[in-house]
Amino acid sequence: MRFMTQLHQTKIRRRQFLRNTALLGGAIAFQAKLPAWAKSGRNTDLSGLKAMAGSQFALQVAATKHAIDGKQGRAVLINGQLPAPLLRWREGDALTLNVTNQLESDTSIHWHGILLPFQMDGVPGVSFPGIKPGKTFTYEFPLMQAGTYWYHSHSGLQEQLGHYGPIIIEPKDADPVAFDREYVVVLSDWTFEDPHRVYAKLKKMSDNYNFQQQTVGDFLDDAQKEGFDRALSERLMWGAMRMNPTDIADVTGATYTYLLNGHSPLENWTGLFEPGERVRLRFINAAAMSIFNVRIPGLPMTVVQADGLNVEPIETDEFQIGVAETYDVIVQPKERLAYTLMAESNDRSGFARATLTPQLGLVAPVPELRPRPTLTMKDMAMDHGTHQKDNPAAARNKLANTDHIHMGHGGVDHAVMGHDMPAMNKDQAHGHAKGPGVVGLATNPTNRLAERPHGLEDAPHRVLVYTELRALDRNPDVREPEREMELHLTSNMERYMWSFDGVKFSEVDGPIVFHDNERLRLTMVNDTMMPHPIHLHGMFFEVLTRNTADTHKPRKHTIVVKPGEKLSIDITADAVGDWAFHCHLLYHMHAGMMRVVSVREGKAPA
Amino acid sequence: MKSLIMILLMLVAVTPVLAQNAADNYYDPWEMAKAREALKAEHGNQINTLILGERLEYHSNHGDSLMIWQAQAWVGGDVQKLWLKTEGEFDIEDGEFEEVELQALYSQAVSPFWDLQVGIRHDFDPEPTRTYAVLGAQGLAPYWFELDGQLMLSDEGDLSIRLEAEYEFRISQRIMLQPRLELNGSFSDDDDISVGSGLSTAAAGLRLRYEISREFAPYVGVSWNRSFGNTDDFVRAKGQESDHVSLVAGIRFWY
Repeated sequence: MRFMTQLHQTKIRRRQFLRNTALLGGAIAFQAKLPAWAKSGRNTDLSGLKAMAGSQFALQVAATKHAIDGKQGRAVLINGQLPAPLLRWREGDALTLNVTNQLESDTSIHWHGILLPFQMDGVPGVSFPGIKPGKTFTYEFPLMQAGTYWYHSHSGLQEQLGHYGPIIIEPKDADPVAFDREYVVVLSDWTFEDPHRVYAKLKKMSDNYNFQQQTVGDFLDDAQKEGFDRALSERLMWGAMRMNPTDIADVTGATYTYLLNGHSPLENWTGLFEPGERVRLRFINAAAMSIFNVRIPGLPMTVVQADGLNVEPIETDEFQIGVAETYDVIVQPKERLAYTLMAESNDRSGFARATLTPQLGLVAPVPELRPRPTLTMKDMAMDHGTHQKDNPAAARNKLANTDHIHMGHGGVDHAVMGHDMPAMNKDQAHGHAKGPGVVGLATNPTNRLAERPHGLEDAPHRVLVYTELRALDRNPDVREPEREMELHLTSNMERYMWSFDGVKFSEVDGPIVFHDNERLRLTMVNDTMMPHPIHLHGMFFEVLTRNTADTHKPRKHTIVVKPGEKLSIDITADAVGDWAFHCHLLYHMHAGMMRVVSVREGKAPA
Repeated sequence: MKSLIMILLMLVAVTPVLAQNAADNYYDPWEMAKAREALKAEHGNQINTLILGERLEYHSNHGDSLMIWQAQAWVGGDVQKLWLKTEGEFDIEDGEFEEVELQALYSQAVSPFWDLQVGIRHDFDPEPTRTYAVLGAQGLAPYWFELDGQLMLSDEGDLSIRLEAEYEFRISQRIMLQPRLELNGSFSDDDDISVGSGLSTAAAGLRLRYEISREFAPYVGVSWNRSFGNTDDFVRAKGQESDHVSLVAGIRFWY
């Protein structure tokens, strides 16, 4: 029970709503005999993260021991907290943040999604030299935005060790989102292994953490269900490509404990509500490698913000949150019932979990993990016209997708949905990088923004898709792009190599150059069989979800590019300086899936 | 001296790009140059290692028991590696090594699944010893066959070839059934080490292992070994068995 005393009960409220905290510790449910996933856990009011507010901050980065489920592990924390303190800022304020490095190695803080002068962005080797051991670095920048963001280390693999925390920026003007109470929900992944060891293991045996692979027994089951020939031809098809259809996540619940606000499923972080209240949940995926599928059985969620920027409210039952994305949702529980907030890792090897309840001691059932999905030919961007007929999983996938498009995206512009961008460089369009680091696959990539994420195709409820997101405010720049670029996301899982256009960051020759105020269209083609949350520092981009003329495209700082997908984002290069651009899966970035984008003054050469 | 070299290196690194790296206008360009180098090293330029003990096993064969090992290790980047391979036999009754082979190879990844390897092999046993130049290809063939093929030229001028193939059936998430086949052939006779031209020896095995952890797995299995042609004659002349089946038990590990 020691963890209780370590917690700070700072509740975040909009309207005055005082709650008697004497209940704390009164009700502790503990079912020792149940399997871990079924335990309701200790139901205590862990509703707040320790918050710091104002415009002056002092943050200490230090190595420490941290206990998860009673086991001690090595951590790098800010002010000794996991997650790091919730920073509450106000739009329009000028901030001063003194960050002191008490580690024996360099550190840094990157303010994820914050628009600021590039030299304050906190990426060692790009925006500044890093913070040396024993030194204090002062970040100073004005706040020009509002919303939910987060901050984390951009040095080494410190992020895996707990070096991340949430940010809330209150808007200068009235918040268009009405709510009575709010909670931050920081999702993350924790390992007791040294992260460098995790990476080294992946380099030696890339399927090291996959304990959900297809077995001989699975083959016999499939043979019985689908017929021997079909089961065999499916296995042969994957075998011919040396691809593993169960490769959904590289690092899994085999080593990870999934955390919600720093708490394991057993610890059961709990948020209180009064029936009828509008509760704002600010989801942040601060995991190193884990994409989560989030739902609250029995409680619809209205998405009101994505990546810190308001969107037109859209009600859903489940959404996927890629690493580094944020989503704000409103829930309005009307009855005096407890609800389980379930965040499954996308490979279903584990979950993070919380309880929302009107009363301490109440818990709701924790749903069982759903079966692990498998990849389909569509994820390989192979010619699915011929293969899907033979592949029941793919056929199902296709069916589900068609449904989505019919379900309210009738106005889909085929110039966007297809991939014949008018000014596309034809050489680039299907030009694959070659070499040991590239298993070139995407011969027929498709736009999958209207599709449900992996494993949710058949979920018997609503699932958020990117095309449902629509910016609340008109896009600030609706110019057509002057220039288009194409970038391939490339990999060789067998060697655990990850790159853009087949070139690792360590080998790349110079930055990607943007010109000041230039309007660009960046098309990304995912040649790999994993979803990649791609993050651009310093600038929001518009996602081409519907048609190019839409003036309310969702603006994001991070977007998940699905396997076999080709999608486009529009960027206004209005932030002069050097910025990091990378896959936010930590070990993919570490392997080289990164570039520097340099926004340079002066006009683009004609 | 060392610091002088550092300064010179940094000058070289900094001078042409001063205007190119935006942060140099705000921070010490030398510090930035160092940070850029560190950034590169940390994003794709790591040196990795593997030590893989594929087979460390006991062979029972009509009471004539042997210890057999086969291991490999590499150190390097994604493309270029130094690769060591060793295998051998130790006769427990006689307390003697019968075969001891060590290879040191330079390995270059030439395609997503294949490495080209070149180097030397030295056999410490049997006597007389032999040293070989080795050219090989190791990789993963379609349908998940692990292959290793080597062409070897001995210091006696004899050319030989070795092919190894492995496959893994996943019985459960931790239990693997591994068939393995090894073929050795020679283009000429080398009487002194009992190798004859043509297909010389073949070994086929089936091993069932349990991965207590991914890194450590005990196994049991069966191994069939046979010699052919002229090699077979050499082996028989020495009064050794040329065709035998052994039960094996061992461990597979990696780090």
